[in-house]
Amino acid sequence: MSFLECIRISFRSIKANGLRSVLTMLGIIIGVAAVIAMVAIGEGTSSSVASQINGLGSNLLIVAPGQATQGRVNLGAGSLNSLTLADAEAIGQKESVASVAPSVNGRAQIVWGSNNYSSSLEGTTAAFPDVRNVEVQDGRFFTNFEVKQQFNVAVVGTEVVNNLFANNGTNPVGQTVQINRIPFTIIGVLKSQGSSGMTNNDDRILIPITTAMSRLTGGNNVGTIYVSAASSDRMEQAKLDIQTTIRSQHNLRPQAADDFRITSQSDILSTAQEVSSSMTALLSGIAAISLIVGGIGVMNIMLVSVTERTREIGIRKAIGAKRGDILRQFLIEAVTLSLIGGIVGIIIGVGAALVISKFGGMSTSISLSPIMYAFLTSSLVGVIFGVYPARKAAQLKPIDALRYE
Amino acid sequence: MKPVIQIESLKKQYQIGDQEIQALRGVSLTIEEGDFVAIMGPSGSGKSSMMNVIGCLDKPTSGEFYLDGFPVSEAADDELAVIRNEKIGFVFQNFNLLPRTTAVENVELPLLYGGVSAKERRRRAVEALISVGLAERLNNKPNELSGGQQQRVSIARALVNDPVILLADEPTGALDTKTSEEIMGIFQQLNDAGKTVILVTHEPDIAEYAKRIVRFRDGQIIANERVEKRRRVFAEEVRQ
Repeated sequence: MSFLECIRISFRSIKANGLRSVLTMLGIIIGVAAVIAMVAIGEGTSSSVASQINGLGSNLLIVAPGQATQGRVNLGAGSLNSLTLADAEAIGQKESVASVAPSVNGRAQIVWGSNNYSSSLEGTTAAFPDVRNVEVQDGRFFTNFEVKQQFNVAVVGTEVVNNLFANNGTNPVGQTVQINRIPFTIIGVLKSQGSSGMTNNDDRILIPITTAMSRLTGGNNVGTIYVSAASSDRMEQAKLDIQTTIRSQHNLRPQAADDFRITSQSDILSTAQEVSSSMTALLSGIAAISLIVGGIGVMNIMLVSVTERTREIGIRKAIGAKRGDILRQFLIEAVTLSLIGGIVGIIIGVGAALVISKFGGMSTSISLSPIMYAFLTSSLVGVIFGVYPARKAAQLKPIDALRYE
Repeated sequence: MKPVIQIESLKKQYQIGDQEIQALRGVSLTIEEGDFVAIMGPSGSGKSSMMNVIGCLDKPTSGEFYLDGFPVSEAADDELAVIRNEKIGFVFQNFNLLPRTTAVENVELPLLYGGVSAKERRRRAVEALISVGLAERLNNKPNELSGGQQQRVSIARALVNDPVILLADEPTGALDTKTSEEIMGIFQQLNDAGKTVILVTHEPDIAEYAKRIVRFRDGQIIANERVEKRRRVFAEEVRQ
């Protein structure tokens, strides 16, 4: 019998047994679609995490104080009050550095009329918007002059605005608020950035660092210095420059350890990518389980249909089919079902990923390798469990196959 | 007359668990071309084993079997498939048609495995169905046909390859008396036209449509005699 005839027989059989064919394909479709959609979500999330971290600032380096030791007790990173505004200024002189924004942090109670709200307070300089990729949506950011003169001006995030001016249409710009009982004028509102990790970037109050140091946080020490390198390929150079600058500022002897720490954005990025890659692994695991479940479904239907099919094989053999004819027919049937199921699964999986990214508020990224793996695995399961029982049945004597109940 | 089936001291034994069952204990039988033989016997007499061996569905344990001059007892599995395809037409008690497949496609199946072209297949299948009186039912599926009609489809399938013998295993077992008579009429007509028919049955009145009755008991032939008062179905009645 020719191969073409074999294909014709197989297709006729698939069509004649519509429900069984659809059920078999369903297992493959679900498995393949689940893998593709899950992996797309996982990879999409990790790339969106990466872009969020890039959004923290371009070519960002973060300088933080080192660890203080009090009678042999290490108080942990940031416990040393070692950084000063002078350090920040010295760093700003370096060629590898584009701009510098020192910052102090605290919490503050902000009051407007009868409303009040607790938010994080950050004192910084006019360079902050450049360094941290922050934009002002209404009004303006404070100037170097206002920083130098210790103006009582504030720029607030949208979350603060929502809480403080929630129920009336008041324009927050120009309003006078009390921050820790000191009157401040709001001169700008930050553009919403959403949250990154545990921090809500919209829930903050920015004021000139000098004002913050003298009137709110007290002391002369800077909490963190944000530095933006001149370009992305000069990050390492900038890091070195910062190190030598601060060391000379602090008069550290050559053998003394740094009393500060420099973290670059790429360090944070690689940590975050580790997190998101383990999330991708988790989702891939779930997807693999759904592939297995789909495979078991395919297996069940193929095995269960063997009773009826054994009789069919008996009939075919009785009227002259050879073992090879039977095997070829079942192989083509299984391959066809697996291929159609796999292709439909790919379409549904890719479609689901697109729909999720469009309407589900999650970013997805579709790549080729999970599609290939899912397709190959499910096809293999379909073919093996389609052919294996058929092979056993084809080896039966025709009379035994005919009698099979 | 040329013998189409020659069987010499044929033995068949089965192993069920650790028990050995002697289904055929040395059977010799010759059937000539154009004969109409009914094989009879109670259940367990060996008549089904005999029919399976004659139909090349099962191999004998020992003995000689020539079908149309071909030594079947030495054939390999795939050779047996070719013999079943070309030389034997089967009619089963429970019809054994492929479900969800139309009558004409069912009849085409033996030709398909025989490597006949699609056009020729369709022509011969339709012809065979017309000859058993199913011209109106070509595209009906088995579940849309009555028992008698299904049996006619399976007769058409058995005939379509123009086999040397027509082998019917209890062909009327699932049919009522009137339909049984119609089916036997078809067999008689085919036999009148020269086809060798072998019928396995346990019903004496069905066996009387044959020309000869071979009786089995305990794996051996106990009688082989011509039917004295043969029952006839008139062709005119069948074609209604």
